[in-house]
Amino acid sequence: MKILVPVKRVVDYNVKVRVKPDNSGVDIANVKMSMNPFCEIAVEEAVRLKEKGVATEIVAVSAGVAQCQETLRNAMAIGADRGILIETDADLQPLAVAKLLKAVVDKEQPKLVVLGKQAIDDDANQTGQMLAALLGWGQATFASKVEVSGDSATVTREVDGGLETVSLTLPAIITTDLRLNEPRYATLPNIMKAKKKQLDNLKPADLGVDVTPRLTTLKVEEPPKRQGGVKVADVAALIDKLKNEAKVI
Amino acid sequence: MANLVIAEHDHGSLKAATLNVIAAAAAIGGDVHVLVAGHNAAAAAAAAAQVAGVSKVLQADGAAHANLLPENAAAQVVAVAGGYSHILAPATAYGKSVAPRVAALLDKAQISDIIKVVDADTFVRPIYAGNAYATVKSSDSVKVITVRGTAFAAAATSGGAGAVETVAAVADSGVASFVSAEITKSERPELTAAKIIVSGGRGLGSGEKYREVLTPLADKLNAAMGASRAAVDAGFVPNDYQVGQTGKIVAPELYVAVGISGAIQHLAGMKDSKVIVAINKDPDAPIFSVADYGLVADLFEAVPQLTSQL
Repeated sequence: MKILVPVKRVVDYNVKVRVKPDNSGVDIANVKMSMNPFCEIAVEEAVRLKEKGVATEIVAVSAGVAQCQETLRNAMAIGADRGILIETDADLQPLAVAKLLKAVVDKEQPKLVVLGKQAIDDDANQTGQMLAALLGWGQATFASKVEVSGDSATVTREVDGGLETVSLTLPAIITTDLRLNEPRYATLPNIMKAKKKQLDNLKPADLGVDVTPRLTTLKVEEPPKRQGGVKVADVAALIDKLKNEAKVI
Repeated sequence: MANLVIAEHDHGSLKAATLNVIAAAAAIGGDVHVLVAGHNAAAAAAAAAQVAGVSKVLQADGAAHANLLPENAAAQVVAVAGGYSHILAPATAYGKSVAPRVAALLDKAQISDIIKVVDADTFVRPIYAGNAYATVKSSDSVKVITVRGTAFAAAATSGGAGAVETVAAVADSGVASFVSAEITKSERPELTAAKIIVSGGRGLGSGEKYREVLTPLADKLNAAMGASRAAVDAGFVPNDYQVGQTGKIVAPELYVAVGISGAIQHLAGMKDSKVIVAINKDPDAPIFSVADYGLVADLFEAVPQLTSQL
């Protein structure tokens, strides 16, 4: 069984981004870029399914600028077998990415696509569900446990009230939540090996996909700054503030 | 111009988040219709018809909707979508699962997690864990939107006079089925709708300590209980307690953060609270930079004191 794992290159989760002075966006020049943490969890899950003998091949795919190659090499160092870069400098929005991925799915015919539930840059939480809809496949979003047997996947999902388990007929889409697994660190030998793995380069036009953005960002602003308050001396002072100043209790 | 709100419900009643979405739809302007896709969900449809501002309820009742699977819900939305300029869902686990499918099937972009309506085409949404707010304009003829509940005051549950219209339910997709659910039972207010939240982090050390220290305080304040990702990852509490960028977004009147250091991912979920109290023994913890009232103290002493003195 082949698993496709889309991965996104994003600003590292430890970086606190700054809004550009002209309000045109956030400043991502010279900041550390990494694989989106949820995508890392997706790669790890695919590798575990391969280690269990469920998957036979893992194909990582990324869409974006040339440097997304590094993200794909990283996925291959964790254990993906090969990579596909859909290279473009265009602003890619989730619907366009879902269409690009659908074209890759049509070509590669994976039984399972495992994606991160959201990217920590645009926080959109759309691509996996959109891809599932375009393919007419079942989806299990926010997965915290995945079991694949035969032609179905049983997935436990983190939902607002607790947990829900669904069964999907393969092929299907799974999006990962935080507690699905803890991704391994890529070892140096595996990083070296990953450099030799196959990495194909495509353009959106090769896949016949129009990636024209539907949304225009008019401006990006700092959120209203929250004023840090005061430190109180003790519990009695805290209660006094809450009762008499904030009047919330 | 007419707006279609995808109701989140449990067949018998509406989930609170639906009321915030109805308010967002009203802010866009035009008629507000609500789709209740359920099974034996007449009660939820009737409740939707009562909500202020709702002029029509579409009730799609069928076995395919018994477990609220997103594959069927999205197909149902698309079946009734003709004529609507805006399709809105709550930015909850349910809404986030359904709305992007709808958008893709309609070949439209989705605008996720809006916090403000600027005009019928333009919306404000947080990006980068709420460290920036983007104003985005859609060029699509139909806008598919998810709404951050805490950003819109809930519509009143009465005062509406919507007509309930029955629409044919779609057939089951056949690609997904419900197996089971483990829903956390609690007498407490729902986290996203609570007026007061007591939230705990890694500083509590264990699940036993989390309950021992925080439960009496939450009981006294009639508060919902939340947690940081660290506390959930460590197994102190179930996943549905998590507040943060990828957990629940909350904005109560009072948020009491106990033993939470305040990673940006956590702050993203609670910094719109009206009053924030932080209790932490580390005076340099980032949580103090957003807290209205900070108490640098050993939480194992301070919280029981706070509970007994309230």
